[in-house]
Amino acid sequence: MSDKKKRDQGGADIVKGKASPIHGVDLPGGDVIGRPLRKADGLDKATGLALYTDDIQFPDMLHAKILRSPLPHARIKSIDYSEALAMDGVVDVMVGSELPIPYCVIPWTRDETALCTDKVRFIGDGVAAVAAVDEATAIEACKRIKVDYEALKPILTIEAAKQPPEDEAIHVGNRRGNQHKYVDLSFGDLDAGFRHSTSIAHDDYYFHGTTHAPIEPHCAIGKPEPGGQLCIISATQVPHYLQRELARVLGMAQQNIRVIQPALGGAFGGKSEPFDLEFVVAHLARKTGRPVKCLYTREEVFYSHRGRHPMAMNFKVGLDDEGKIQAVRSKIDLDGGAYSSFGLVTTYYAGQLLTGPYDFASYGFTSTRYYTNKPCCGPKRGHGSVQPRFAFECALDEAAAGLGLDPMTVRERNTMPRVATTVNGMRVQSNGFLACLQAARKASGWDEKWGKLPRGRGIGVAGSMYISGTNYPVYPNEMPQSGVTVQLDRSGRALVLCGASDIGQGSDSMFTYIVAEELGIEPGHVRIVSSDTDLTPVDLGAYSSRITFMAGNACIDACRRLRKLLLEAAATALGQSAKRLRLAGGYAVAVDDTAVSLPMQEVFRLAEAENGTLSASGWYNTPLLGGEYRGGTIGSSPAYSFTCHVAEVDIDLETGELRVPKVWVAHDCGRALNPVIVEGQMEGSTYMGAAELMMEDQDFYPADHAAPGLHLGPSLLDYPIPTSSEVPEFEALIIESLDPEGPYGAKEAGEGPLHSTIPAIANAIHDAVGIRLKTLPITAAKIWRALQETH
Amino acid sequence: MLRLPAFDLLEPTSLEEALHLLAEHGGDAMPIAGGTDLLPNMKHELFTPKVLVSLTSIPALRAIEDLGDAWRLGAGCPLGELANHPGLQQSLPALAEALGAVGGPHHRRMGTLGGNLCLDTRCLYYNQTFQWREALGFCLKKDGDVCHVAGGRKCVAAASNDSAPPLLVYDATVEIVGPGGARTLPVREFYHPDGISNTRLEDGELVVALRVAKPSQGTRAAFHKLRRSGAIDFPLLNMAVSLRLDERGTLVALSAAVSALAARPNLVKGLDRFLGQVPDEALVEAIANRCRRGSVPLTNLATDPEWRRAMVPVFIKRLLQRCLDA
Ligand SMILES: Cc1cc2nc3c(=O)[nH]c(=O)nc-3n(C[C@H](O)[C@H](O)[C@H](O)COP(=O)(O)OP(=O)(O)OC[C@H]3O[C@@H](n4cnc5c(N)ncnc54)[C@H](O)[C@@H]3O)c2cc1C
Ligand code: SF4
Repeated sequence: MSDKKKRDQGGADIVKGKASPIHGVDLPGGDVIGRPLRKADGLDKATGLALYTDDIQFPDMLHAKILRSPLPHARIKSIDYSEALAMDGVVDVMVGSELPIPYCVIPWTRDETALCTDKVRFIGDGVAAVAAVDEATAIEACKRIKVDYEALKPILTIEAAKQPPEDEAIHVGNRRGNQHKYVDLSFGDLDAGFRHSTSIAHDDYYFHGTTHAPIEPHCAIGKPEPGGQLCIISATQVPHYLQRELARVLGMAQQNIRVIQPALGGAFGGKSEPFDLEFVVAHLARKTGRPVKCLYTREEVFYSHRGRHPMAMNFKVGLDDEGKIQAVRSKIDLDGGAYSSFGLVTTYYAGQLLTGPYDFASYGFTSTRYYTNKPCCGPKRGHGSVQPRFAFECALDEAAAGLGLDPMTVRERNTMPRVATTVNGMRVQSNGFLACLQAARKASGWDEKWGKLPRGRGIGVAGSMYISGTNYPVYPNEMPQSGVTVQLDRSGRALVLCGASDIGQGSDSMFTYIVAEELGIEPGHVRIVSSDTDLTPVDLGAYSSRITFMAGNACIDACRRLRKLLLEAAATALGQSAKRLRLAGGYAVAVDDTAVSLPMQEVFRLAEAENGTLSASGWYNTPLLGGEYRGGTIGSSPAYSFTCHVAEVDIDLETGELRVPKVWVAHDCGRALNPVIVEGQMEGSTYMGAAELMMEDQDFYPADHAAPGLHLGPSLLDYPIPTSSEVPEFEALIIESLDPEGPYGAKEAGEGPLHSTIPAIANAIHDAVGIRLKTLPITAAKIWRALQETH
Repeated sequence: MLRLPAFDLLEPTSLEEALHLLAEHGGDAMPIAGGTDLLPNMKHELFTPKVLVSLTSIPALRAIEDLGDAWRLGAGCPLGELANHPGLQQSLPALAEALGAVGGPHHRRMGTLGGNLCLDTRCLYYNQTFQWREALGFCLKKDGDVCHVAGGRKCVAAASNDSAPPLLVYDATVEIVGPGGARTLPVREFYHPDGISNTRLEDGELVVALRVAKPSQGTRAAFHKLRRSGAIDFPLLNMAVSLRLDERGTLVALSAAVSALAARPNLVKGLDRFLGQVPDEALVEAIANRCRRGSVPLTNLATDPEWRRAMVPVFIKRLLQRCLDA
C-alpha cells in the first residue's frame, strides 16, 4: 500500500507480524508475584541516590536556553542574534532554519520543527536557542536576540477554528483550514436504537484543559561521542521514538544516536514524544563538539504541555423500559492547540474507547480536532477517553433518572459479558466490571446512602474501561512491540535488558518480580538496565498502559527459556526429575523433600557449564486485533481493564465549597503483580482525576484580552495541584479477572483508574444538591453560582 | 528551573550593623528575613537588589516576650514557632491561627513575622516571570505604565499576608527603627492603599517587633482564610473578628478586618453602632452585611470576584458565631 493511501486510512491497516508466544496465567511458584514487595528503585529515590537528568554533569558542558515567542500567532520576518553571539560566554546560537525537517511522534502528521522556521503558533513556541558556558549567560543572551514579527490574528477557541481563517490558517497549506482531523464512525442501527428508547438523555458537556504537572521538569543533554556518534540523555518516556525522530531530523543514521533515559520524576504522558529541547541539545552538541544541557523552567513545562484536550461534547444516551442501553451517539470537538502530537489517535480514542464496560448494539460518534494558537494538547493519563467518559457517565445517570432507576442498578444491568466483542469490534477476553460494581457497592454502603443523605451530601458512581497497550504501534511495522533479554552470571545475578521506560510507575520493579518469580532468585539479585537504546532491545515506551502487559510477557518469555536450562541443571545435580523441582527463595528444591536443595547460584554455574554463557531473549507482539473498518485498529488492545468509582461529596451550601471525604475504587487489573504498586496507581489516578474536576485548569486569556493566548498562570502556585490536605480518603478494591493473555493474567492499572473518578464525583454532586454541572472544572464559585440560580 | 539573579549576601549580627549596611548600600540593598517572599519575587525579576542584608543572625529580632499585659513578638520569629506557641494560642488565638495557615510547613519554618507584615502585594498580572510579563505588556507596579486590573493610574494589587487581619483586630503596634531612630506605628496606620508599596516604612527602616496588648478578659477572636487548596496557597480572602461580651451578654467590644481584597488590609469601620446590644441572629446578620459593604474584590486574583464578595458576610457570620459559641 502506498504511503498516501495509508495516510488516508489513518494508518489503519497494519500488517501484523508473528503473534508472540503467550505463557498464560499460571504462576511457577507464586513466591514473589502478588506480594507487597518494595519498589526496586524506591529506596534510591527516597535517599537521593537515583540520578535524574539534571543531576548529570560532564566536563566542559554548555547550557542551552530557548527563546520563546511572546505572540500567539505571527510570521517571523527576521531574527538578529549578532549581539547575543558576541556576548562573553556565548558559544553558539541556533535558529529554526538549521533543523527544518518536520517531526511528530505520529509519522502521518509531521507538522512541528525543532524551532520555528517561518511562523510562531503559540505564546511559548521556540524561536532560537543559545548555548553558553552557564545558564545565566544563556538567559541573558536570549534577551538580546531581536526577532521581528508580523502579528497574525490568533485563533483561540474551537468556534474560531471552525471559521475560515481571517489572516491565514495556523498551518498554511492544510486542506481543511484549521481542522486537523475528522472521524465519523457509526455501528449498528442508531435510529432504531433511539426509537426503542423510552428515556433519552441528550446534553452538552465541556471538559477543560488540564496538564500533567510532573514534578521533574523536562531536561536533556546532548553529548558528542567518539566515532561521530551522538548521545542524548533525556527525561523522556519514549527513548525509541525519540531516537527515530532525532535521526530523521538531524539527518543521522539511527544506530549513531544513543538515547538514554535516566531516573524520571514523573511524566503522565507529558514526556511521550520528542520535544524541542532534545533537538536543540543534539544539534548544539554537534555544532560545538561539547556536551550541552537544557532544563525547562516550570513555565516551559506548561508551554510544552501535550496535556488533556479541551473537548466540547454533545452526548445522547437512550435506555429502554428495562434500563438497557439502546443507543449512544456523541459529537465531540477537540481543541488541539498548535500542533498534532498524538492528536490523530486522540480524535479516534474520544469515540473508540467508549464501547465498554456496557453492552450496547448501536453507537456512533463524530470527532473533530482543531488547531488553535495555544500550547499543543496530547496524551495525558487516560488518553482521549477521560473527557467523553465524564460526559457519558453523567448522561447515563440522567437517562436512568428518567426511568427512576438507581445509578448502580443501571450499570449492573448493562455490564457486558465476561468475554465479548464490542459493537466497534474490540475483543474483550477478561472483564471483572460486575465484580468491581459489587465490591464498590458493598464497601461504600451505597444502598444506605444513595438518595438518602441530607442535602449537601451525596454519593455517586461511575464506571469505565481502558486499554492495556494497543496493537497500533506508532509507526507501522511487523517487529515485536517489546523485547527483553535476560542474562545470567555465575555470581548468581540476573541482568534484565529492556527498552521500557520506568517513569515511576514501576516497570523496573515489574521485571524484578517476574525474574525472581521465574528463576527462584532473590529480588535483590536482579539488575535492570532499561531505556538505553545502545544496550537494550526495543520497547516502544511508556504509553497506552502497555509495559506490564507487553514487556511483562516478553520478560516471562525470556525467563522461561532460561528456567528450562536451570531446571535441567538442577535436576541432574540433585538426581531428581525437573518436574519435581521448584525454584524459589534462592534455591532449587524438591517439592516433596525440602532437604534436597541447591542454591540458585550453584544452579546458574552448573547450567553455564552445561550450556555456555546464559542469556535468552523474549518478545511480545499483539495478535491481529481490531474491527474491519478504517480506524478499526485504533483503540484495539490485547486486554482491557475495568474500573468503578464510588465517591461521596460534602458541599457547603452557603459557599459552594466541595469536599470529597471518601472515594472507593474497584479496579480489575487482571492480576496484581504487586498489590501495593497497583494500589498506588489507583490512588494516584484517583487523586489526579479529582483534582482535574475540582481545581486544575490549563487556560489562556481570550481574544479580547490585552494578551490573547497567554497562559493564565504557568506556575504551580497559579495552577493548583492537590496537596495531602485536599485529597479524599481512599479505599482500593483490587479485582483480579486473570486475563488469558496477560503476564500471569495481569492487565493495566496506571490509567484506567483515573477515568471514572470525575463522573463519580459529578454524579455525587448531583445527588447532593440536585444540580447537574456539565462544565469542568467544578469550582466552589461555580457550585455557589448554580446554587444561587436554583434558589 | 528559574534562576535567582546574582547578589551579595551580608549577614550583620546586630540591628545597628544592619541599619548601617542598609544605609551604606541605599537603593541597591534590601533586607531579607526568611526569603520566602523575596526570593521567588527575585526569580520573577520583580526585585533585583545587588545586596541582600540578612536579618537572620540578629538575636534581638528573635525573642517572644511576655511583658505581662502585652506580647512583644520579634520580627525575626519564624511563623511556625509563633503559631505553635501555647501562650499565644491561648491569648491571641486569631493570630496563631492565621500564622499557622500561611503557605506550607516549609514556608512557616523559614518565613518570619516581619516578612509577613511586609509581604509584597500580589496580583495575577504581577507575580509572573519576566517573559510572561513581557508577553502581557508590563504594568504600573513593575516596568510598565498601565494597570491590567483597574485600567487606571493606581495599582490595586492585593495585600495577601495572613497576619494583617488578626493584627488589625488586636490593634497591634509595629516597632520600627531606621536611620532617623526608633518609632512606633499602630498596624491600622502601617498600611496605605497603594499596591506598588503598601507599607509606610521609609527607606532603610526595619521592623523590629510587634507589640500586641493582651486582650481583656472575655475577649474572643477568630480567623478565617478562603483559599483554593488546603495548603501552600495565598488567601483569596482572609478575615478576623474580635469581640467581647459583658456579664449580661451585651456586646461591649467588636472589631473585624477583611483583607486580600486590595492593597490595604481593611479594618471595618462603623461597627460601634452594634455595641450595647445582645447578639442575636439579626445582629450577626447586620454586622456581616456591614463588613460586606466595605469589601469590594477586584479581578486582581484569579477567581470569581462576585463569589469572593459574597463570601465576606458568610464567613464573618461564621466567625462571629464561633466567638459567641466559644
Ligand atoms: C508557595 C508560597 C505560598 C505562600 N503562602 C502564603 C500564605 O498563604 N499567606 C501568607 O501570608 N504568605 C504566604 N507566602 C509568603 C511568605 O512565605 C510569608 O508571607 C512569609 O511570612 C514571608 O516572610 P519571610 O521572612 O520569608 O519574608 P522575606 O521574603 O524575607 O521578606 C519579605 C519582604 O519583607 C521585607 N522584610 C522582611 N523582614 C523585614 C523586617 N524585619 N523589616 C523590614 N522589612 C522586612 C523584605 O525586604 C521583603 O521585601 C507564601 C510564599 C510562597 C512561596
Ligand atoms: S493591580 Fe494593576 S498595576 Fe498593580 S500589579 Fe496588578 S496589573 Fe499591575
